Amino acid sequence: MSVTRTGALPVGADAAYDVVVVGAGVVGSAIARTLARHPLRIALVEASNDVGDGTSKANTAILHTGFDAAPGTLEARLVREGHRLLSAYARETGIPVEPLGALLVAWDEGQRAALPRLAEKAERNGHRTTRLLTAAELRAREPHLGPGGLGALEVPGEAVICPWTTTLAYATQAVRSGVDLHLNCSVEQVRPGDPYHRLVTRRGVLRTRHLVNACGLHADAFDALVGREDFVVTPRRGQLLVFDKFARDLVRHILLPVPGPLGKGVLITPTVYGNVMLGPTAEDLDDKTATGTTAEGLAGLREQGGRILPALLDEEVTAVYAGLRAATGQEDYRIAAHPGLRYVTVGGIRSTGLTASLAVAEHVRGLLADCGLDPGPERPLARLRMPNLGEAFSRPYRDARLIAGNPEFGAIVCHCERVTEGEIRAALTSTIPPGGLDGLRRRTRARGGRCQGHHCGAEVRALFEEYGPEKKGRGAR
Amino acid sequence: MNRTVDVLVVGAGPAGLAAAARLAASGAGRVEVLERERAAGGVPRHCARPGFGADARGLPLDGPAYARRAVRAALRAGATVRAGVSATGWAGPLTLDVTAPSGLERIRARAVVLATGARERPRSARLVPGSRPAGVLTTGELQRLVLRFGARREHLGRRAVVVGGDPVARDAVRTLRRAGVEVAAVVAEPPVGRHAFGAVPVLGGTVVTELVGRGRLTGVAVRGGDGRTATLRCDTVVFTGDWIPDHELARARGLPLVPGTRGPATDGSFRTAEPGIFAVGNLLRGGEPALVAAAEGRAAAAAVLDRLDGRPWPGGGVPVTASGPLRWVTPGLLGPVAAPLILRADRRLVRPVLTVTQDGVPLRRERLSGSLAPWRSVRLPLHWTSGVDLTGGPVVVGSED
Repeated sequence: MSVTRTGALPVGADAAYDVVVVGAGVVGSAIARTLARHPLRIALVEASNDVGDGTSKANTAILHTGFDAAPGTLEARLVREGHRLLSAYARETGIPVEPLGALLVAWDEGQRAALPRLAEKAERNGHRTTRLLTAAELRAREPHLGPGGLGALEVPGEAVICPWTTTLAYATQAVRSGVDLHLNCSVEQVRPGDPYHRLVTRRGVLRTRHLVNACGLHADAFDALVGREDFVVTPRRGQLLVFDKFARDLVRHILLPVPGPLGKGVLITPTVYGNVMLGPTAEDLDDKTATGTTAEGLAGLREQGGRILPALLDEEVTAVYAGLRAATGQEDYRIAAHPGLRYVTVGGIRSTGLTASLAVAEHVRGLLADCGLDPGPERPLARLRMPNLGEAFSRPYRDARLIAGNPEFGAIVCHCERVTEGEIRAALTSTIPPGGLDGLRRRTRARGGRCQGHHCGAEVRALFEEYGPEKKGRGAR
Repeated sequence: MNRTVDVLVVGAGPAGLAAAARLAASGAGRVEVLERERAAGGVPRHCARPGFGADARGLPLDGPAYARRAVRAALRAGATVRAGVSATGWAGPLTLDVTAPSGLERIRARAVVLATGARERPRSARLVPGSRPAGVLTTGELQRLVLRFGARREHLGRRAVVVGGDPVARDAVRTLRRAGVEVAAVVAEPPVGRHAFGAVPVLGGTVVTELVGRGRLTGVAVRGGDGRTATLRCDTVVFTGDWIPDHELARARGLPLVPGTRGPATDGSFRTAEPGIFAVGNLLRGGEPALVAAAEGRAAAAAVLDRLDGRPWPGGGVPVTASGPLRWVTPGLLGPVAAPLILRADRRLVRPVLTVTQDGVPLRRERLSGSLAPWRSVRLPLHWTSGVDLTGGPVVVGSED
């Protein structure tokens, strides 16, 4: 078990793996964790300097039930199973989840007429607890809603989750259970072979018997490296606005739009950090690095959000960002085994990858067996308890026993998010320490609040640099 | 741990320390100041420039020296000043929950003075589109970085753009240049005098439309008043001014805010809507100099002492709002004790005619002898509100310009 960020990769016999998973997003990390149950030599390889640094960090952070999936698809099945698996895993490992339930709000007659059809679809997907709400019931549930709500479909079970902790939990448990994690290690060439494929990376060559493509947006490009051209990933950009915590009391459920002929509309949802999120846009692009926001996108979101929840616009915006979903022009995942190549492609995991991740991983384990992998006996994974980032659960700055044991948990460094020095030091010395300040924010929330570092930026950076490579290069401070 | 004090001051900046010093010296009993930062003194601690008054010998003080003096004065007067201690929320009326390295506390006070200050709006709150690279700062973060690390390229870059035309933008320019960073331009939405920033080019009437760069900032796109666009090459951008009060505790207690400032509404004696809770300094609106904030802290002491003596809490007050080109006016409430109005305009107004009306009835109409600028407040003396009916409706301050 090791985590590497720089330097040459291990060579010789050490560098021969049974399975290499390429891509340490939520899906790749989940696959590595699931495989780590077996006595296999596994590497998780990632181009970025951190896990969960692509689409997995910039999404709507919803644990879906799959009520509106296309019935009969692989996605529908894996989302349904994934919801159950991840809900249980979150309880076990301390990933914050709040099962708020969703309301699909109808704003015109066409949308209201669509609600019963959505309820039937949910039933075909195995969700029998949806309920139609009248305008009066809707108003009672969401008193701050703008005028004109005609009714809603209630979907119990839809939940909000911390996407950062989820990916980090999978990867951490994988590493603690023996997986090698190689960061800053983009794969540039694949030389298929028998018994070993050779992966040429920026940091040297890796050999592996089996190969898993979990490259998300770049799954098509990686397929091309092994000579497959089965689909094209079109990035679909979703811009999002996060509002300050004062907005949290304005909304109680996940407010979903009713899909219609005029597009999908935007959602408004609380986050587990106690903020409110508005978005996403849906823009089909060519550029897989276009994670910037635009003036038109943000203005459009504010206009739509202001109709749904007028008071929201009075609150400060704490973050604007955009994520890219991996659309492939097919209303289902693109998961395929290529037994001749001992290779599994996990592509087209669109908006539901976070929810489905654990079920996708189980599915891939089966596909690898179809490719000839004999995983051997199962053993328990390393135990794991993640630091809590959720507002609905106990946080260190309010924990008298924790502070009595270590006063650093009583020293708040990031005031907006109430992040203590103890939490920051714990993250910086954890199994997978952050590669930068953004990674530290995803592990602790430090610098993620309304001031965006105005007050705490220098202090947080000083802590980071105490442990960072710069410290070693510079000598003692 | 539960404790009781006479006065709890939240925030050891200029306003909070001045209030604490005056109160402790006036026999208010046990006066305790909580400061969440590791050292007391507030924003002046980071402002290494003159402009903070003078010492006893008449020598000009810079920010850090001013901050040290303010802390010393509060301590000498008998106040307790505790740094690294955070008030995290209310446990009840006049009772705050506190987190410190020494543990959790619940502190009950006979009077609470909120002096939590203000912050500059960061890029996100200004809804500036584009990528999310490193190298995006506020003046506050810039100054703290320099104080903490000195001039380090990896933090400050080599070439910076400063956004905003307030006096604080000059602080940002000065800090950057002293650190050896070239300042490519000052970009300000309101028109700014060309020579306000010395040799640095000033783009007035210009807005930032996008941040560019992956990993590290590589430029900012701007649009001028004439619609022309350009991209300024830089690896650091500093967003300055555009203050928003740090009003978390005020809002957590449900204190009404003044719409224009987003600070808690107070009467002229700094009383908020809740008996026993006062608010002073830049929590009321942000952006005023330390000496102004400190004067408010001192001025609030009289009403705090009244409260400690058991005098009744005057309820209500008539709300005051700004209209037209006036951005905000404080205090938000007019009570029985007359107080000067402090006023800020959205744009430059030359010798404007200001009006005060109540329930649609004009009370006063007067031409100012000077001009209003968006980066400077103006104080209207007591006579401006002398005719206000304290049982009447809201008072509106407007401009005929």
